[in-house]
Amino acid sequence: MRIVFAIVLSTMASVTGLAQTRYFTKSGRITFYSRSPLENIEAVNNKVVSIWDVNSGQIEFSVLMKGFEFEKALMQEHFNENYVESDKYPKAIFKGIIESSNLLGLAVDRSAAVKVNGNLTMHGVTRPVTATAVITVKNKLITAAASFSIVLADYKISIPSLVADKVNKKITINVNIPDYQLVVKK
Amino acid sequence: MKKNISVLLLLIFLSFVQINAQSLLQDVADSIPPNQKVSGAFKSTRVINAHSVEMLHKRNLDFRIMHRFGFISSGIKQLYGLDNASMRLSFDYGITDNTTIGFGRSTFRKELDLFVKTRLFQQSTGQKAIPFSLVVAAGGLVWTEESFAAVKPIFSDRTSYYVQLIAGRKFSPVFSFQLSPILVHSGMPANTGDDETIFAMGGGARLKVSKRMAITLDYHHPFGTLNDVTTDPLSLGVDIETGGHVFQLQFSNATGMNERAYITQATGDFFKGDIRFGFNLSRIFKLGRK
Repeated sequence: MRIVFAIVLSTMASVTGLAQTRYFTKSGRITFYSRSPLENIEAVNNKVVSIWDVNSGQIEFSVLMKGFEFEKALMQEHFNENYVESDKYPKAIFKGIIESSNLLGLAVDRSAAVKVNGNLTMHGVTRPVTATAVITVKNKLITAAASFSIVLADYKISIPSLVADKVNKKITINVNIPDYQLVVKK
Repeated sequence: MKKNISVLLLLIFLSFVQINAQSLLQDVADSIPPNQKVSGAFKSTRVINAHSVEMLHKRNLDFRIMHRFGFISSGIKQLYGLDNASMRLSFDYGITDNTTIGFGRSTFRKELDLFVKTRLFQQSTGQKAIPFSLVVAAGGLVWTEESFAAVKPIFSDRTSYYVQLIAGRKFSPVFSFQLSPILVHSGMPANTGDDETIFAMGGGARLKVSKRMAITLDYHHPFGTLNDVTTDPLSLGVDIETGGHVFQLQFSNATGMNERAYITQATGDFFKGDIRFGFNLSRIFKLGRK
């Protein structure tokens, strides 16, 4: 019985330990680009939520689609109304794993390239996504950056033939986390 | 007893594991903002003839070309009305997201019009939800066509004014409806005997049929004394949106495309084939940086 007790206690301790190595941000930045001969489209969202569990490598992002800002207000309206249908699908969610996340060692200043595998859910469609991310530690500040591209058709986002020359079928997405904060459990 | 404690501990432990297995995001405050403005009740700032509850965004310029042809009932001799065209050109500009000014010129009576349109509040969802948007529009018009009347009209005879209240709601992503009471005052009504001040009740609706197409309806009923040939302006149209353009194709009984003209000078019975084909072309330009 004592053994059971010890196991339970130690596992509980380790679970709590896991929880304490989580990093979190509410001010992540995601930018996306569509380059085409007729028009370049760019949008930015500065309120991306991300949480990363260093020990397990689990990383998740939550992006409010209406949070994307475009240079042209009309583009933003069309993006929400006609392309991503943000009333119906308000968020994009990414759930993935950073490979060898627990071996990173965030105590010293360093920069490391890591592989991220996961699933991106957007516009009601979930697709696997792979990207290389660079995690940098400098003066205890943890930043992360990654870039990948997606094909709009994969997410059932259709481009009408009338504007086919203005919207690239492939969209480049840049992710930038300027400051991951350690989650302190209450 | 000991056993009970360990079972209890095991349960607590399991509950911890449970939490850990769930999504990380569930532990953090990650919710949709409580208040969100509802936009895009109509595709354009005009339902067809009437102002819609929609506003131009800040520093956006809307260049509009509106056309109305003759009555389709005029037959093949007039190519079903296509031989006669009446048009209105206009420039509308968004000073802020809530205030638009506009200038237009119509070929009908060579009439110029100026207006200011302000959104008092916008429909929103959430804790402090507002069920509808309220917009007020006010304008002044002057017709410049030469008069052959025995007594030449003076400037105040040529001018007219309107003030309109537009209350609109996007009931669903597909359906929007607005009510638009309007007061039009003409210095000298176009037809002798007409009331100088006319109140009209308006209704406008949009039914989205696809992501880029919608069916629109625009109707006004004037109260007061108007000439016998004057009818209620009724228009039925299709909105087609392509990026920065909105094409509005419609069938209407009104020739005039400004408030004075379509409220007080619409003729023809829509249901007897006195219908004009027409279109509005709207091109939005973004001026300056955000």
